[in-house]
Amino acid sequence: MPSLKDLKNRIETVKSTRKITKAMQMVAAAKLRRAQEAAEMARPYAERMEAVMSGLAQAVGNSEGAPRLLAGTGEDKVHLLVVMTSERGLCGGFNSSIARLARQRIQKLLGEGKTVKILTVGKKGREQLRRDYSDHMIGHVDLSDVKRVGYANASDIASDVLNRFDAGEFDVATIFYNRFQSVISQIPTAQQIIPASFDDAEEVEGGTLYDYEPSEEAVLEDLLPRGVATQIFTALLENGASEQGARMSAMDNATRNAGEMIDKLTIQYNRSRQAVITNELIEIISGAEAL
Amino acid sequence: MATMQFDLVSPERRLASMEVSEVQIPGADGDLTAMPDHAPLITTLRPGVLRAIGAEGEKAYFVTGGFADVAGPSATILAERALPVDEVTGDLVEELISASETRRSNASDETADAAAKYHADLTSALDAIVGR
Repeated sequence: MPSLKDLKNRIETVKSTRKITKAMQMVAAAKLRRAQEAAEMARPYAERMEAVMSGLAQAVGNSEGAPRLLAGTGEDKVHLLVVMTSERGLCGGFNSSIARLARQRIQKLLGEGKTVKILTVGKKGREQLRRDYSDHMIGHVDLSDVKRVGYANASDIASDVLNRFDAGEFDVATIFYNRFQSVISQIPTAQQIIPASFDDAEEVEGGTLYDYEPSEEAVLEDLLPRGVATQIFTALLENGASEQGARMSAMDNATRNAGEMIDKLTIQYNRSRQAVITNELIEIISGAEAL
Repeated sequence: MATMQFDLVSPERRLASMEVSEVQIPGADGDLTAMPDHAPLITTLRPGVLRAIGAEGEKAYFVTGGFADVAGPSATILAERALPVDEVTGDLVEELISASETRRSNASDETADAAAKYHADLTSALDAIVGR
């Protein structure tokens, strides 16, 4: 049975923990708003890009001499997985859900006899995957010094990926990130970026006949690398919003749990205090009776 | 006067969205002006100055590249990097030029032409803005 002093200390500890988690929750809420705004601002560009590219891809289609970024290398042997996670922890299942999805994919690909290469963005994912797949890691992008993810960061990652592609290091690239749904739900997503894939279900409306300048192929050639960068940028922003959302709900839970714990400990504290008092009274009374 | 919807978006934000009567676009194969009911056109951009002329007068933006999607009632410019001409500072000019120079020196045989053209377009556009 813990002494009264121990209980008191314990309650104080839990109280300060609650203060910290509460503060973290509020900070995450503020950051979440900013991250959502950033994602919102980036949307028009990404949507437009997607629309133009899918239109072009249909036009150029599977014709001879379609750019390799669209048509692929013709092989399906070496897969590059770009796993995007956060730099910081304490955000619930955010990182493990991405890592789990990536791990499933890796197992599946290895089972099929494919070669897997992993490029990690963000410290947490690297830590989780390094344990099992350190031989497959080919690089890491550190964003811990970046306060606000900008297009430049995405563009750096994209040019790294594209250089590797041009050097023939892989055939297929997939990015893993958490798509932001709401504060309580983030969906781990795998998205293939090379070769570019488009939703066929989304037919381009009306099929306006565009003139392309200089030419369809040249425009597409110019567009595809930008498309890769844009997709990575969107993923980074979604990930940023998801991270803050996940942290917010994790910290909300932690705050609530701390509250419950404080209540329980307080009851225990009061009971033992009462027990001590009762004991003392019994001693006094029995002492008096003995006289 | 007929107007068209003009949008200028960069990956990070929407820079402009307004009604204009004409847009002067620095296309990859030369400058062009898009007016309402222009034939549908998609063109890549070279570094240069984009001018939008509307009821409120003329607005000029510096763009480093990207592409333009002109279709009848609207013109959408997706710029890699864009900012109003007034906000082009000396630091930015230095940064862009040195980045372009590194790119040119690192370029392989295949990309050397493109890098050299980019550099030439960039410097001439910046010269025009800074007025050297």
